Amino acid sequence: MDFEYTKEEEAFRSEVKAFLAENLVPKSEQNAEFLADWLKKVRQKRWVGFSWPEEVGGGDGTIMQQVILKEEMAKAKAPPLGTDWMGIAWVGPGIIQYGTEAQKNEFIPDILNSKHYWCTGYSEPNIGSDLAALQCKAVRDGDQYVVNGSKIWTTLAPFASYIFLLVRTSNFGDSDAKHDGITALLVDLKLPGIEVKPIENMIGGKNFAQIFFDDVKIPVANRLGDEGKGWTVTISSLANERSSIGEVTAMYEKLERLKNMVRETSKNGASAIKDQRVRRTLATFEAKIESMKLNGLRYLTKQIKGEPLSSETSVNKLLRANLEVSMSDFAVELLGTAGLQLKGQEANVDRGHWARDSLRWPDVVIGGGTPNIQKNIISERILGLPKD
Amino acid sequence: MNFGFTEEQALLREQVRKFLDEKCPMTKVRELMRSEDGYSPELWQQMADLGWLGLTIDPEYAGVGMGWVDLLVVLEEMGRSLFPSPFISTTLVATTLTDVASKTQQQQYLPAIATGKTIATLALLDNADNPTTDNIQLNATNTAGSFTLNGEKPFVADAGVATLFLVAFRDQGQLYLGLVEREQAGVSTTTSATMDLTKRTGSLMLKDVQLTADQVIAVSAEQIGKIFDEGGIAVTTEMVGAAESVLEMTTNYANERIQFGQLIGKYQGVKHNLAEMYVDIESFKSLVYYAAWTVDESPAERPRSVSLAKAYASDAFAKIGTDGIQLHGAIAFTEEYDMQLYMKRSKWARPTFGDADYHYERVAALTD
Repeated sequence: MDFEYTKEEEAFRSEVKAFLAENLVPKSEQNAEFLADWLKKVRQKRWVGFSWPEEVGGGDGTIMQQVILKEEMAKAKAPPLGTDWMGIAWVGPGIIQYGTEAQKNEFIPDILNSKHYWCTGYSEPNIGSDLAALQCKAVRDGDQYVVNGSKIWTTLAPFASYIFLLVRTSNFGDSDAKHDGITALLVDLKLPGIEVKPIENMIGGKNFAQIFFDDVKIPVANRLGDEGKGWTVTISSLANERSSIGEVTAMYEKLERLKNMVRETSKNGASAIKDQRVRRTLATFEAKIESMKLNGLRYLTKQIKGEPLSSETSVNKLLRANLEVSMSDFAVELLGTAGLQLKGQEANVDRGHWARDSLRWPDVVIGGGTPNIQKNIISERILGLPKD
Repeated sequence: MNFGFTEEQALLREQVRKFLDEKCPMTKVRELMRSEDGYSPELWQQMADLGWLGLTIDPEYAGVGMGWVDLLVVLEEMGRSLFPSPFISTTLVATTLTDVASKTQQQQYLPAIATGKTIATLALLDNADNPTTDNIQLNATNTAGSFTLNGEKPFVADAGVATLFLVAFRDQGQLYLGLVEREQAGVSTTTSATMDLTKRTGSLMLKDVQLTADQVIAVSAEQIGKIFDEGGIAVTTEMVGAAESVLEMTTNYANERIQFGQLIGKYQGVKHNLAEMYVDIESFKSLVYYAAWTVDESPAERPRSVSLAKAYASDAFAKIGTDGIQLHGAIAFTEEYDMQLYMKRSKWARPTFGDADYHYERVAALTD
């Protein structure tokens, strides 16, 4: 075991830190102009798409450099390296791996420059966790597909220009062969026949939507990968998101905020930080966050050594889901009736931050597969138990 | 960056696993459990010959000169097979003597430990409470630099077979460790059965036991604290191996047991429980691996790291132990089925070197 970084890695860390010292301003001063300038600058450093090959405009960063970049950015609470986060996280990597030259030329530069938002069309009105059973239908007609059906809970759809869309091109109604017959399409949301209807979530945000496809004609040239192989395309695109190092830094920061809140909160006439149950609960959060950090480093080591990784990332997803729900719930409960206030009232020490947080967790916890689905993944793929 | 094991450590693991599989399968574990001494002198000697008893001892004293990360590998395998032996006790005395004893004392005791002649154990606490120096209360009478001990140390691991006891006591506020030998006048032990028969305990009785200056080491609370931390790591590492055995046994069972017309492993009530076990084991494994690394490489991080690991593992393994029984059903309640032995180990491990409450509070205090 060795937790040292090489000279080259340390030099890279210094480079990132120096960049942040020079270019980052306090959050209150981060106006639109700053953010636009920030995106340009990190793009110039080739830190957007940092893991991507140089020939498509990526940074060709090593695994360790990627980790260091994420860690320093998270520590400094820097703005994201791009606003088109789905494009950067998995649509881009999918196009790089499976796309044609024309698709790469058309989409990759814009993703790197955060020109648009991409969204991802997976869930349907009757299809959620059992994603492979999706029914949104595409019928080949010459050099185009005609798509009919609907997608729902599509995050960012109200603002997005493109959608990474999964449709069914064969094996309709054949649940035994559902993984075959899915096709991935790269779709311009402005095409005729597409309607995006925003859905309000429980904190009043309209960040996700239902999308209706009515005889939408999509060029075959916009198919990503082979017809019927969309499942494989999706799984391997998503596999690009595995390091949890940035999340861990954010969780530690959240724990720090929670502790500060606890110190300033009174419970039974004394500072809550003196309460035994409170102290123990905070320490259990710390044990889970530290576990995420160290699990991540063990899996990273495997990745560097080229050892096969199964679905170990589900371990940290479950830990994080548990933390997201329990930390904000704990905070709100501790704050008493003041914890229920959503906005910045006098009585509320944190201006409603924890109250909003306690309603916001489904974004993270359900978005990437519910905890029960993560448990299915672990028990089936890692432990080898029979499928449901 | 490498949070994994070297090739040498992988080979060591293979060697230990093969040794335990061949020489101490469950039938042998059960035989040793029922024996008077609770360990096999023959296997003990073979372990000495393989270098395991001197793993952390300097080559100058017949040891191998390795560190805590190497010990991890051995302890994890011992936990996996519930290997009954005074290995943890003896190893903790060896690492402590390496840290605090004089050259003369090291020369006298370490080669004997490494070669298997001396089984040693810790007799630190005076009660069943958590591992803090507050719970060291035995006072010595000091006559011109030689000490006389009178009293009883309860809950001494492997008290029945140890021939060397590292006894903690106080004189005028100063903490000391006394090297008490079994043959000394006034030394006697009693043993008592606990629910985990693979782990032995007893009391050390001290009646007018005289210690010369050569047998005494003045120590700080921090030095004692390190022993407690190392104990926590040792116990938690065995918990990793034992918990993985529970998960493996229960997963295998879920893959062959049919109820309501299908494998029980198909039911989410069963498979999700097993997935939760996996998440917990992965987590306290990572925590204790790191804690073991800090002992030799980053001592300032050690207390927090150890407490995070032992706290998480104590509660998680207790749940894994009972869930393992529950998922099997009545068969696991029988004496002949091995699952019950692992559950008993989880009970034993929970308070040993501090329970979850103690360690979580320590984390809270350290990061206040």
